[in-house]
Amino acid sequence: MTISYTSERVWWKEPLERTELIWIVIALIWCLIMFFMMPYWHIYGQQNLANEAYRAKPADFMQKTEDMIAKYKVREEGGEQKIPVVRPPAGADVFLVARLWSWYPMLELEAGKSYRIHLMSMDWLHGFSLQPENINIQVHPGYEHVVTVTPTNPGTYSIICNEYCGINHHTMASRLYVK
Amino acid sequence: MAVNRMFRTCPSSGLVFHEPAEKLMRWNAVAAVVSLLIGGLLAIGVVLTRWQAVHLLPPDMFYQFLTAHGLNMLVFWIIFFEIAVLYFAASTLLKCRLATPRIAWGAFWLMVLGALINNYSVFRGDSSVMFTSYAPMGAHPTFYLGLILFAVGALVACFVFFGTLVVARAERTYRNSVPLVTFGAITAAIIAVFTIAAGAIILIPTFFWSVGLVEHIDSLMYKTIWWAFGHSSQQINVAAHVSVWYLIAAIVFGAKPMSEKVSRTAFLLYIFFLQLASAHHLLTDPGLTSNWKIFNTSYAMYLAVLASMVHGLTVPGAIEVAQRKKGYTQGLFQWLRKAPWGNPSFSAMFISLIGFGFLGGISGVMMGTEQLNLIIHNTIYVPGHFHATVVVGTTLAFMGLTYFLIPVLFRRELMFPGMAKWQPYVFGLGMSAVSLFLMGAGTLGVPRRHWDIGFAGNLFPHEFPGAAWLMMALGGLTGIIAVIGGGMYLLITVGSVFFGRKIVTPGFQRVSAREGMAPPAPQVSVSGHGTATAGALVAPGTFVLALVFLTAFVLYYFINWKYLSTVWPLK
Repeated sequence: MTISYTSERVWWKEPLERTELIWIVIALIWCLIMFFMMPYWHIYGQQNLANEAYRAKPADFMQKTEDMIAKYKVREEGGEQKIPVVRPPAGADVFLVARLWSWYPMLELEAGKSYRIHLMSMDWLHGFSLQPENINIQVHPGYEHVVTVTPTNPGTYSIICNEYCGINHHTMASRLYVK
Repeated sequence: MAVNRMFRTCPSSGLVFHEPAEKLMRWNAVAAVVSLLIGGLLAIGVVLTRWQAVHLLPPDMFYQFLTAHGLNMLVFWIIFFEIAVLYFAASTLLKCRLATPRIAWGAFWLMVLGALINNYSVFRGDSSVMFTSYAPMGAHPTFYLGLILFAVGALVACFVFFGTLVVARAERTYRNSVPLVTFGAITAAIIAVFTIAAGAIILIPTFFWSVGLVEHIDSLMYKTIWWAFGHSSQQINVAAHVSVWYLIAAIVFGAKPMSEKVSRTAFLLYIFFLQLASAHHLLTDPGLTSNWKIFNTSYAMYLAVLASMVHGLTVPGAIEVAQRKKGYTQGLFQWLRKAPWGNPSFSAMFISLIGFGFLGGISGVMMGTEQLNLIIHNTIYVPGHFHATVVVGTTLAFMGLTYFLIPVLFRRELMFPGMAKWQPYVFGLGMSAVSLFLMGAGTLGVPRRHWDIGFAGNLFPHEFPGAAWLMMALGGLTGIIAVIGGGMYLLITVGSVFFGRKIVTPGFQRVSAREGMAPPAPQVSVSGHGTATAGALVAPGTFVLALVFLTAFVLYYFINWKYLSTVWPLK
């Protein structure tokens, strides 16, 4: 069988084949390029997650959300469910609660303005998935994640949950308006 | 107690089988195939539900099927088969008796028990928590208990493997270094040990939490440590299936690695860097810094990716060198055209190699790039990726090995040889198409693990573009083709093992090896390994293929950055 190791030399003293050597050099260069793309994008790119996050208690986060709703609520949507829609000023701290199985409240933002969105779950893991932009962020209970976003185009966007969160996971969908 | 030292030599392959080891390999392989059967039946339900036009199952059953499908395929099928491969790589390839067969049986039954308990918990209906079982979503205690028992069994089996290496060394059953395939298996087993340790660190407290003894499990801690187990176990698969590629190349072509140094160093890179990949799953999570994410997600500096790119060259390179020696020297690709495409071991291995590299490898690096993950995380792109790595890569490689093992290990003739010729194409190409369509749908934002992307009855339904629906439908259609390919494999293997014609060798007997001696081994012809040559490259065709791969990789990488640059600015 050719499977056995038949050389008398120890394997690390075996000669290197030229095809392999050239390929290793090329592959290593490519690996380094890919590695340095990430810090490069932190400096020159527009789409990065900040390292800003806090430990928080669900009740406190809920309180902050209610305070924000009281300040910036413009209307209610969803018929019977009366989901508040808030329109915070540019640069404001915006709180978005993920819970079984809804997003709370609904947001109305202005294109070209930046907002500090605070994301947190009240219970299990959820996934913030903004469609059709396709921006996806994990939402944990107990960790308040602050993301500064700048919507580019006006329109009606959807926020769906893309982390499996139980039997009604697929009903967890909301809107985000950009004026 | 007397040690069983009975061996038999396979007349067609010259491989040597230790009696107790042979039986253990068979039983582990059979348990693997049974798990594959269960996982495959569940796959039908999953595929036909996500194909929105069919939408077969109600939500509770869909999530239940999906959980059980993931566990049976990714854990039970693959790990049972890997244990068989470990025993083969230690006992058969080193011509050594298996250390402590009784403990190995204990490990096997513990794994069977764990698999049964875990499946029981999911089929109860209150443990549809997915393969990942993210706390604080909780499952029935037996869910964690089953996994823990299975993992302990697998760990014990790894130590039987290590023990066999020690015996082989002590009894001098091999000369010089262990074969490359065994070296790769050692890599897999070492990764398995720290993987299972990570699993124990998280699953044991979670089990106590599920029975009320621990009050709180932090979701971020759970996710971080769980993936040190969850992702690393995929790295065991990579090490194992790359070893199987080398094994099949050696069996089918008599191929030798171009240089042992390169192939073995690449395996060492896996050991050093693969464990960092827990970070791949945490790139959009709060509470971890970008420095941590960048370092870990790239395996330091993509050094494990480098290792896979090296194997991607050296395996076909070894085949090319062997083929050129046989006289297939015309042009760049005669060696490949004249390869035995009708031999299912070879075709499975080659489709596995190409699928793993082009589909699984490239997409894996995309998802593992810190910022690109934002446009991929938790979309169905992710299942698209891992069906290319774990199914086209690992599973298909194992299928290819099975076709070799049926006559050699089970001593049965292959049933339905005509069907076996086609099986790797139906399964491999079907599954590759599944991967591509799921990745396409993921790029359009379709979430994974989601019962209804039509959002029927929702107050605020999201409307996915028609292209996304089309991709999901095509994914469903090709998924059924892949399931048929899987069914063909099951039919051939189960048929052959139980009803195949027995291979009878005149004068068959097991021979006892004397203590302290290797069993009577067939003569090994000693010839030089690939030596460094001046002038022309020894494997020019493979080098061209590698450059094609690199071009695809580079283009697709920057296309994704381009796409990322168009989404809303975030900071």
